[in-house]
Amino acid sequence: MTRLLKIVSALFLTTAAAQAGEVSTFSLENGMDVVVIEDNRAPVVVSMVWYKVGAADEPPGKSGIAHFLEHLMFKRTATLDEGEFSRTVRLNGGSDNAFTSQDYTAYFQRVSPDRLGLMMKMEADRMRNLEMTVEDVETERKVVLEERNQRTESDPGALFSEQRNAAQYLNHPYAIPTIGWKQEVQALTREDAFDFYQRYYAPNNAILVVAGDVSADEVRALAGQYFGPVAPTPGLKERTRPQEPPQTSERRMRYSDPRVSQPYIVRSYLAPERDPGEQNTAAALTLLADLLGGSGTTSVLGRALQFDTQTAVYTSAFYTGLSYDDRNFGFVVLPTPGVSLDEAEQALDDTLADFLDNGIDADQFARLKRSIGASMIYAQDSLQGQAQRYGAGLTSGLTVADIEAWPDILSATTEAEVMQAARDLLDKRRSVTGWLMSETIPDATTDSNSDQETAQ
Amino acid sequence: MIRFFLSLSLALLIAAPVVSTQARAAENVQELTSPGGIKAWLVEERSIPFTALELRFKGGASLDAPGKRGAINLMTALIEEGAGDLDARGFAEARETLAASYSFRAYDDALTISVQFLSENRDAAMALLRSALMEPRFDQDAVDRVREQVLSGLRSDQTDPDTIASLRFSQLAWGDHPYGSASDGTIASVTALSRDDMFDARARTLALDRLYVGAVGDISAQELGLLLDDLLGALPETGAAPVPEASVLLTGGQTVIPFDTPQSVAIFGQPGIAFDDPDFMPAYVLNQIFGEGGEARLSQEVREKRGLTYGIGSYLYPKQKGALVLGQVASANGVMAETVEVVRAEWAKIASGDITREELEAAQTYLTGAYGLRFDGNAKIAGILVGMQMQGQPLDYITRRNGLINAVTLEDINRVARDLYDPDLLEFVIVGQPAGLLPTD
Repeated sequence: MTRLLKIVSALFLTTAAAQAGEVSTFSLENGMDVVVIEDNRAPVVVSMVWYKVGAADEPPGKSGIAHFLEHLMFKRTATLDEGEFSRTVRLNGGSDNAFTSQDYTAYFQRVSPDRLGLMMKMEADRMRNLEMTVEDVETERKVVLEERNQRTESDPGALFSEQRNAAQYLNHPYAIPTIGWKQEVQALTREDAFDFYQRYYAPNNAILVVAGDVSADEVRALAGQYFGPVAPTPGLKERTRPQEPPQTSERRMRYSDPRVSQPYIVRSYLAPERDPGEQNTAAALTLLADLLGGSGTTSVLGRALQFDTQTAVYTSAFYTGLSYDDRNFGFVVLPTPGVSLDEAEQALDDTLADFLDNGIDADQFARLKRSIGASMIYAQDSLQGQAQRYGAGLTSGLTVADIEAWPDILSATTEAEVMQAARDLLDKRRSVTGWLMSETIPDATTDSNSDQETAQ
Repeated sequence: MIRFFLSLSLALLIAAPVVSTQARAAENVQELTSPGGIKAWLVEERSIPFTALELRFKGGASLDAPGKRGAINLMTALIEEGAGDLDARGFAEARETLAASYSFRAYDDALTISVQFLSENRDAAMALLRSALMEPRFDQDAVDRVREQVLSGLRSDQTDPDTIASLRFSQLAWGDHPYGSASDGTIASVTALSRDDMFDARARTLALDRLYVGAVGDISAQELGLLLDDLLGALPETGAAPVPEASVLLTGGQTVIPFDTPQSVAIFGQPGIAFDDPDFMPAYVLNQIFGEGGEARLSQEVREKRGLTYGIGSYLYPKQKGALVLGQVASANGVMAETVEVVRAEWAKIASGDITREELEAAQTYLTGAYGLRFDGNAKIAGILVGMQMQGQPLDYITRRNGLINAVTLEDINRVARDLYDPDLLEFVIVGQPAGLLPTD
């Protein structure tokens, strides 16, 4: 048998014993937390600095400033010229980028491990020494407005989502889009960006996450050298944002746009998120989203609306469990041609009611538990994904222990806990139901066949 | 003063040669031939108990039979919608039980199958995949259901500015060649497809003479060889003949498609350079300088200096049977005309062969340093290995590639810039309501 198997070429015979995924954590004296995920499979490191500040922490009327500042962070510092940061990363064969969410702002580089020190040196520099000229700010504001054009104004689905989201939260700033409302972005100034920067960009508000071919000791030495001397912002407290009052009134909206060819429904409910030391409800909701809408073929909605009846061409469920404050859980239904949005919504409600009556299919629940175990194995393949897991978790208010306990909590969740979470969740008074349509129709009882005709 | 000093110290750091961080995985690629004669490239990587397997069938959706555009795309979406004794739901439940993932995609030049399976149930995961590949049912109810999903996507495409632009550009560039139409078909062609068309589409694409295999993970060469024979050995020897060479029909100019949206999108391009052209490598470095990433000329001129866009880029687009240089940008209706003017000016500038030594060296440093960083995950590496085989690269290409990049001279790159870039052939397709732009075609 072996003779038949022809190995044409084996270039190198020795493989260093590879390792994936050992995690260490420590803190610097100035309050900066550090997480190291050692993975020696490839000579690569991903270095990320996560700030515990996002769009939901913006001052009133200044929406978009967290994201605008993220753009300006690539401009210049007292010692780096315009664009020199990214240019230097590229000249060292690396790539870099950044992202802003409601709860965090993160900057990262992918480089060869021997360039990690240089990355930290530059990242520590722009943590406190950022400069922005009036011209930088003017040009970059145009870029951000074009980004908003591209991501939001050009996409009716995104505009619809922005409006739905605004209706979901009565008091919490999650109602405001991360990129900012257009008229507020247009008015953002250099001072707005600078005030935000000086307050929140500090080692005691940041987490360094390094994943890849580097040891915890090496990271400790480099982080101490470069981030150690950076001064903290005194008196920075844990974030507190305005919280939701009891939601007692169902919200319904219809968004019409001639650019819509495929109408659909989104229903979302206010939902608890993963809290430090208390992730059980969030675990139950995570499993619930999978059971109800994880697979178009085997989920509860997929079976009922796509197989047993041909009500929908697509269904899914979503849940944002990783969040600093309460977030949402929802469903998407795209009706088949000839099925109105009203009929599709009725079918969604009927299916949810049946689920609450009949409970969980034991085989489906067992398959789901298996896939959770397997996904932890597959997840180890992505360096960036591992770094993301810790960075996003820690900036969403969780501890390292919470993040590490999560797979076990998911595994231990029972059918009864999932059903209880479903009953608590599915209260329409805390929901928003949105219809995305191509044309304005006079009232909700009119069926949307006119939409279908244009499609045929 | 201080700025100058620190810039200098950074420059010194940069000047140190980038240590050749050749990917560890790349040093361990083996080429094997299974007992049944299937060739594969493998990296044995035991630290995580799973394997990523990437299969590609050259030809892909371009092999649609005449009048059956979209058949191969629909067939690909149906492969795991029922096989052997299992209907669609039974198949999905079986796959979930194994916690394996199979992903099937149809592109113009290849049908791709990306698979991940756990070591603990490798045989069962492969037996299930085998049934999908060898005994797909294409049940009428599954065909109708998945067809509706494809049609839903095609309906959305009709009002999506990016898709409208890219489809029109393809039509202008490739005419009647399959590359000139969308691989997922049209509403009319997909509506007319039958169950028999699915069996025919399968026979046209899934054959041993066009198969390429890459695998990375917890598996030995011997185990992989046996696995491949079991999984794929029963496929037919051959399928539909490859499509003919495609000529690029672009003649330069601009097309404006009116669409009510605040931001216009543009696709632009001209005839390109084939992957096996001896000048491909200089052209690749050239595009890096011209249009790839935030440091490139296009992004610097259009975004950084003028704030006309959030993103602009260009890339070489060598397909199996023809090649383009392509670019993409979105700008508010009021400033798209200025964007087009800047891009045209940059095109003329690079066509004059004005690349500097500094630009060349910066691009070489980046490209050679970044190469090793690609190889950082089993699934990513499996994809790279199979891509290399399809492009006809030898096994030692991974170790030679950075040398090829560094061998590009300033003379080469400026000669290729003058030969390749032609502002007279540069074509724009713009969708939106761009102020001051009129179609020239």
